[in-house]
Amino acid sequence: MASALVLWLAVYLSGTWAVDKGNFKTCDQSSFCKRQRALKPGESPYRALLETMELTNTRLTLQLINDNNKVHLLLELYRLQGNITRVKINELKPLKPRYEVPDVLIREPPTEPLSLLSQDENGVVLSLGVESQRVIISARPFRLDIVEGHEVLMSLNSRGLLAFEHLRMRKDTQADPEPEKKEEADPDNQAETAKEEEEKVEEGMWEETFKSHSDGKPNGPSSVSLDFSLPGVEHVYGIPEHADTLRLKTTDNGDPYRLYNLDVFQYELYNPMALYGAVPVMLAHHAQRTTGVFWLNAAETWVDISSNTAGKTVFGKMLDYVQGSSETPQTDVRWISESGIIDVFIMLGPTPKDVFSQYASLTGTQSFPPLTSLGYHQCRWNYNDQEDVQSVDAGFDEHDIPYDFIWLDIEHTDGKRYFTWDPHKFATPKEMLQGIMDKKRKMVAIVDPHIKVDSNYKIHNEIRSRGFYIKNKDGGDYEGWCWPGSAGYPDFTRADMRAWWASMFAYDQYEGSMENLYTWNDMNEPSVFNGPEVTMHKDAMHGDWEHRDVHNLYGFYVQMATAEGLIQRSGGVERPFVLTRAFFAGSQRYGAVWTGDNAAEWDHLKISIPMCLSLGLVGISFCGADVGGFFKSPSTELLVRWYQTGAYQPFFRAHAHLDTPRREPWLFGPENTALIRDAVRQRYTLMPYWYLQFYQAHHTGQPVMRPLWVEYPQDPATFALDDEFLIGRDLLVHPVTEEGVRGVTAYLPGKDEVWFDVHTFQKHNGAQNLYIPVTISSIPVFQRGGSIIPRKLRVRRSSSCMEHDPYSLYVALNPQRTAEGELYIDDGHTFNYEKKEFVHRRLSFANNLLSSVDLAPDAQFTTHSWIERIIILGASKPSKVTLKTADGQESHIDFEFDASMSVLTLRKPGMNSGADWTVMLQ
Amino acid sequence: MSSRFHQLLPMLLLLSVGVSAVEVQRPRGVPLSKRQFYEEGKPFTCLDGSHSIPFDRVNDDYCDCQDGSDEPGTAACPNGSFHCTNAGFRPAFIPSSRINDGICDCCDTTDEYNSGAACQNTCREMGHKERESLQKMAEIAKEGFVLKQQLIQEAKRGIEDKKAKLVDVQVVKKDLEEKVEALRTVKETAEQPEKEAKERHLKNFTIRWYYQKALIRMEKDKARMAVVFLELDDDADGLVSVSELLSHSELDPDSDASFTEAEAQGLLGGVDKVDTEAFEAVWNNLKEKYVSEVTTYTAAPVETPPEEVREPASDNESEQYPEDDVQEDEEEEDEEDEDDDQDDADYKTPPTPATQEKKDDDDEGTMPPYDQETQNLIDAAQKARDDFDEAERALREVDDQITNLEKEISFDFGPNAEFAYFYSQCYELSTSEYIYRLCPFNRVSQKPKYGGSETNLGTWGKWAGPEENVYSMMKYEHGTGCWQGPNRSTTVKLTCGKETVVTSTSEPSRCEYLMEFTSPAICGEPPSRDSEPRDHEEL
Repeated sequence: MASALVLWLAVYLSGTWAVDKGNFKTCDQSSFCKRQRALKPGESPYRALLETMELTNTRLTLQLINDNNKVHLLLELYRLQGNITRVKINELKPLKPRYEVPDVLIREPPTEPLSLLSQDENGVVLSLGVESQRVIISARPFRLDIVEGHEVLMSLNSRGLLAFEHLRMRKDTQADPEPEKKEEADPDNQAETAKEEEEKVEEGMWEETFKSHSDGKPNGPSSVSLDFSLPGVEHVYGIPEHADTLRLKTTDNGDPYRLYNLDVFQYELYNPMALYGAVPVMLAHHAQRTTGVFWLNAAETWVDISSNTAGKTVFGKMLDYVQGSSETPQTDVRWISESGIIDVFIMLGPTPKDVFSQYASLTGTQSFPPLTSLGYHQCRWNYNDQEDVQSVDAGFDEHDIPYDFIWLDIEHTDGKRYFTWDPHKFATPKEMLQGIMDKKRKMVAIVDPHIKVDSNYKIHNEIRSRGFYIKNKDGGDYEGWCWPGSAGYPDFTRADMRAWWASMFAYDQYEGSMENLYTWNDMNEPSVFNGPEVTMHKDAMHGDWEHRDVHNLYGFYVQMATAEGLIQRSGGVERPFVLTRAFFAGSQRYGAVWTGDNAAEWDHLKISIPMCLSLGLVGISFCGADVGGFFKSPSTELLVRWYQTGAYQPFFRAHAHLDTPRREPWLFGPENTALIRDAVRQRYTLMPYWYLQFYQAHHTGQPVMRPLWVEYPQDPATFALDDEFLIGRDLLVHPVTEEGVRGVTAYLPGKDEVWFDVHTFQKHNGAQNLYIPVTISSIPVFQRGGSIIPRKLRVRRSSSCMEHDPYSLYVALNPQRTAEGELYIDDGHTFNYEKKEFVHRRLSFANNLLSSVDLAPDAQFTTHSWIERIIILGASKPSKVTLKTADGQESHIDFEFDASMSVLTLRKPGMNSGADWTVMLQ
Repeated sequence: MSSRFHQLLPMLLLLSVGVSAVEVQRPRGVPLSKRQFYEEGKPFTCLDGSHSIPFDRVNDDYCDCQDGSDEPGTAACPNGSFHCTNAGFRPAFIPSSRINDGICDCCDTTDEYNSGAACQNTCREMGHKERESLQKMAEIAKEGFVLKQQLIQEAKRGIEDKKAKLVDVQVVKKDLEEKVEALRTVKETAEQPEKEAKERHLKNFTIRWYYQKALIRMEKDKARMAVVFLELDDDADGLVSVSELLSHSELDPDSDASFTEAEAQGLLGGVDKVDTEAFEAVWNNLKEKYVSEVTTYTAAPVETPPEEVREPASDNESEQYPEDDVQEDEEEEDEEDEDDDQDDADYKTPPTPATQEKKDDDDEGTMPPYDQETQNLIDAAQKARDDFDEAERALREVDDQITNLEKEISFDFGPNAEFAYFYSQCYELSTSEYIYRLCPFNRVSQKPKYGGSETNLGTWGKWAGPEENVYSMMKYEHGTGCWQGPNRSTTVKLTCGKETVVTSTSEPSRCEYLMEFTSPAICGEPPSRDSEPRDHEEL
């Protein structure tokens, strides 16, 4: 049907089922990476000029000099509130300003005083204020160590890989020597000048060609690099997005991990290639401490990791230990970016939770999504027309499977003109949306940032006439090919452009939209089919800045502007929901992300876990993978397993490629329909828990989906686990991600803890590898002893329909016979929670008393929900159970006791969920 | 909010429309057929028999029975179901999760008794509508069924006609077969003398032709030798010397870039100089490599002695050789195909004025006409061949006709051949973008309305309805392949209608099309008058 589409696919795609690696650069093909990586560790040419040091209450500044070329750099050091140290390095006098990333930090981070402890000609020692933390700045060569007591936490430039390519005039067009050099009266000057001349002839400094694309580099070389040493560290995580294990690998024998937002067709697994998004944050962990490094740079970035223990076997390590000869394990990391400055936030933990809070204090927390968006999403490229939408919607009712959102991909538009509807297939969108609304469901329609160049298209005309398009290097509007054919790309780095874009979501602007229509931003890397590496030319211009400087920010801004649009259209009342494919640090503030165009393969199902875990570690909690796999067609078993896995991941959406056969949940026979229904219903019973997790993530920055080591930081057995995960801290999920298996082995952490199988209520001890026999219906999930999880067991056709339904409390006792949990309730969709309109209760069980106390006495919200039942796991049989309500009234509660599993069920206590109450077991 | 007391629903039940009414007390959501299990004041036993509960726990908004039977009127049980009476329309069960979810599911509004949803009782209206549409459908079915009977009769007649025709055609076939055999004999009898005469002619001509040609070639060679001698004899002393030869480096026998005097001498037969006569003796040493100083005249290839030529027409020079024996010519062509492309091209290219030499050669070998006697034999044989071919063609046509008839007679056109009238018909549906064309038992196609080529959406595969109604669906398969996808295919759903029309098309899944098609041939027998298509349970 879509002939233009097929044509463009044919041009764009190789037609084979694998990533065409040749379309994407290796480090060797990216001239700055090659140049930088050619530098080997050794004596750094940089020297700190201690006499230039200035220390104010809030910052320290100091000049560095590169003894090879005499270029001066300015080092700024800040102590930030919350145990964070910020180090900025820029040229002292750059030829022109270098790009500093705006809008990612939620505010100028508040500082704390620094104080000078000692100083001599070799260096300076500063106090960081807490826990005897100090910064030692060594002068020759320049080096920066952060120590606590006798322990070095992190060292900068300890391997001498600080390399700051200063801006320069092109020698063949400019005869003047650089002004900085004139000032220097160094006797080596002449020799060094000669050396610099040599550097200048290096290939790729002033222009670079990849495939047929040439990158004119009017500013010449401008890359920056710095190394970080992490003593004691053997595990590093983060720097998404890569299709790789949770624990990052060393990169000595291959390319560094690359951060450069790219639309990678049919990406390959287990390699360091760049994908759709980039968050330049790495966490380092060992049993005593977790730290993090946030490298605030939006240009193409490569990260090298090496370790002195990487090659050693467990036995080898043991031997070292026994012989007492082991050197301290150490991981060395090196960041390389193509342009901008060095701006590093060193988050010093010491716990994982501290690092999450520290990072959240810089870039903000996960936006609090509408409750319904935590339900199930049904997507496909494409639902053909309104009738198709209606029949899929009816299919869910017919098969009694809940869902909250149905999605429309690019084909719903009039010729890939976003904000419009196909006049034949979607002729009456409001009618369609009303039909969806009548079922208390919602819809998402795609709005991509490439704008069809068409003088009959309002959006294009407005953007062009306002000069909002990104420009090419010659000053004309940049044009590239994407879904609509020739397309322009709005300059989302401009605040005025974003404001205008946001205004386009107003109901009177976006024709056919209604309040239950939400937005999906795809292709926002940006994807340019005929551009270098399927993205934008680096010499395209965003005002005064090159695309090179801002590339990784583009998708971040697109989602920011779109989310703002959805907020504004409701007059600031309703929470937005926007899904994005590209992202950067801070994207968590604007909505959800997914792992892009995966494939219907078992390995892709498996990798969805580490990919989302890695995102969670760097603040982006609302993550999911296309259930079923985007490309290709899943086997029925794979599809069922994927639903079972996706039901326990934050963003739960099925999606499929245009060319694949239909795969709505009921198309695989009644047995499989039942399996999928069961998985989706499990999701819906846990909606109160999911919602609570997101509320907490929104407040604290803790990830919703967590690696085990985050909760068990001292248990090395958890450090590399990425086939299981925690939701919050109380649910452990080990989905079945292997074909045809009869069992899985899950590690249950916690030496003195117990875990309850949520399906059978069987109790298992912690700190063991538990073999769990599985059938096709099994989803191994465990509730931590000591926790209380609220559920809603009355699963209805959408989460909105369940709003007033009663709660069932699952109280899982720990060996001390106590448990704790929380319950959070609000209207589910507005910002009124910011006005304290919510219920937030602490539920705690101790001494045979279960009580609900108010965690937010100043908050006000009336809920119709009541407590339907309380299930106490690991209980003993009481003789009677009494409920005491706030007014002092007492009443008996019926109960049932299952002695075989020690499960006590309290029947219909019936109190309001927002009230104070106590239940006594006697 | 929970309602702690159970609810009994006073129900106004219409025994017959608007005549008299009786109030029947029973718990909310219980169908009349199960009323006896819910007896007010007595303990209720879960319908699965698992256990009993006090009656006040029925519909108390808490699920006590595994099978959900204690909560027929609330959403408390995950697997419960709620019965709506829907007086005026059709009663229905809905999952209990739809009770009080704010969405009106029962037309009598009874599922939303505590949600605040403003539901309208639409049962009368829906009942009316349904009755209307059922009536309409019944009418269509009735009329369709009448049409269907006609179709069956027509099909029967059609098949009988075809069977009769088949018999006729088979007779014709037999006659034709005999005729073909007779003409074959005539043809073969005429061809034998023709063949012999042609062979005679060919033999005579071939010998003469090659002899003549060899003579001409020899003369040409001599003429060229004389020219070359004059060219080489730079000093015009009537002798060609070693030094004169050395200026023609192309003659170097070992082509090693150094043409030595000794080598030149060797070419001249061991002497320093040769006169015209001696030159003739060494000419063979030179003529192949020699490059003329003045013209681009190229050396003629060495002629093969005529005796050795077995297949003159396959010679690369491609002389126009007599070629009336078509049979043989085709064989040669086959052999030629195995050669490389260049040869092939040469072979196929007719001689043109572009190559002067070839034209010369052509002139040499023009075929003399057959003598009258041979020509007469050829003409007679040709007529016999034509007669035979014509008879054979007629036989083939009859064979095709028989195959088609047999196919049509044995084709599965439904239990009573009621679908036979589709055969060799096509039906079209025009949408905003495409014209869809269904040619039953043949193929389905799609053609863009505004230019562009037709796409095959599948050719006839099989009847593909469910077992009990296999003729309700047709499957067309193996259409044009999709990019990175399957071959296109179409499912055609047949429904009862008075007219034979394609009513809709869609592409529910990529490259899998669905077509709705009405026809009287699928209409079932209308139900007899006295059995209303209604559920009487509540009325």
